[in-house]
Amino acid sequence: MSKYAYFLGCLTPNRYPGIELATKKTLGAFGVEVLDMKGASCCPAPGVIGSFDLLTWLVVAARNISIAEQMNADIMVSCNGCYATLQEANMLLQQNDKLRHEVNEVLKSINREYKGTAKVKHVIEVLNEDVGYGNIQQKLKCPLTGVKVAVHYGCHFLKPSDARKHGSSERPTIIDDFVRALGGESVSYKNKLMCCGAGGGVRANALDVALDFTRDKLDNMIEAGADCLTTPCAFCHFQFDVGQVDLSKNSGKKYELPVVFLTQLLGLAMGLSCDEVGLSNNKTQVQTLINKLSNVQMVKA
Amino acid sequence: MAVKDEVIKDAKFNLRDEVISAGSKIYPKEEMERFKFCLQCGKCTGGCPSGRRTNWRIRKIFEEVSLGEKEEVFSDEGLWMCTTCYTCQERCPHGIHTTDMVRVIRNLAVKSGHMKEPHRKTCLTFFTYGHAVPINDEMRAVRKKMGMDECPPTIQSSPEGLQEVLTLVEKTGFKKMVEDVKK
Repeated sequence: MSKYAYFLGCLTPNRYPGIELATKKTLGAFGVEVLDMKGASCCPAPGVIGSFDLLTWLVVAARNISIAEQMNADIMVSCNGCYATLQEANMLLQQNDKLRHEVNEVLKSINREYKGTAKVKHVIEVLNEDVGYGNIQQKLKCPLTGVKVAVHYGCHFLKPSDARKHGSSERPTIIDDFVRALGGESVSYKNKLMCCGAGGGVRANALDVALDFTRDKLDNMIEAGADCLTTPCAFCHFQFDVGQVDLSKNSGKKYELPVVFLTQLLGLAMGLSCDEVGLSNNKTQVQTLINKLSNVQMVKA
Repeated sequence: MAVKDEVIKDAKFNLRDEVISAGSKIYPKEEMERFKFCLQCGKCTGGCPSGRRTNWRIRKIFEEVSLGEKEEVFSDEGLWMCTTCYTCQERCPHGIHTTDMVRVIRNLAVKSGHMKEPHRKTCLTFFTYGHAVPINDEMRAVRKKMGMDECPPTIQSSPEGLQEVLTLVEKTGFKKMVEDVKK
């Protein structure tokens, strides 16, 4: 089976270690080798550091990629921001010799070189292409029968589509298909492809604006009768999870839609407990979802 | 003189050229040059989820860039309301890489001293820890409880890695630029 250098980024290991735990556990169950990238930094964030200085953004990204190159492994990510940075850096540096030379000149000062030998994949691509949804179905002990899931793709997994190459950015299906493979129902909801609101430095600079996006999305998911939402992005996960605490405080309306990362949802469907997929660490409750999954307990007996 | 003649008379294309030239150092030049095809059709702003709730008008910024209104562009609060969701870039009928251009315009704004305080702080955090969001005591405890290494297997367990990143941000001049921004 395949092996990957798991690029953790910031939010996954430092705020949602449950995502790291669930990703390693579920992929491990399918024989995918997941390796740590010691020394890997912030990707750096495409809409933050990339908004301030694109050359620095590229140089730091190239250093991160070079770590995986030294490990002779392709890269896997669990955050759309990391995906955007590393995938785009790879593309830009491979298509432009002059730029690659310029970046490598800077990397020389730390005895590193960007070679362009490592591919960058999102964990959902690994699940779809390396493992296969068919094989996933063979290992389900607790299919998500009767569970309504609101899929949030996030922006940077799909867009810009000429760089990501996952087909239509307005009508994607890869994660909806994943939810259906797990036995769940992917509910359609208004403005499904809209942003969570956190990106581009907006969360840091204008939290109320970011939360206004989040509220909009949550209201639409709730109206569609969702039992939970699922994301492929640690940053969206953070925005929806912590965002619901903020919204409940500010708006007077109680927001408590369970927020589940893709591999956590997979783990639950494989019969892992809420603790085993690290969901107990969420700020927003997950009990209502767990109650729906009759065979899953909060703590495994 | 008609208003349109006034506008055209006063227009300076130096800002537009500056944006295209700065962007072309990173992105393919032909993609950046497409900026000149902007007809102000408004499809970008029409689909913009931020524009529905803030004063961010990407079409207006593009017009101001075309007319050379540098100070208006760089000091526009709206410029920082874009979440870089790429909806406009996907839909631009002329294939202009609108969201990428926003990042280029932001780069120039920052270079001329327009950086938001929370963003400056994010950069300082990045210089200190190598992460924009570093580990804290609460999360160390959570990791331990989950049976994981308390300190993530990233740059946080690698002082030499952090030194490498610091060397890079010093080399590109980014660290100095951030430190020189007035609070």
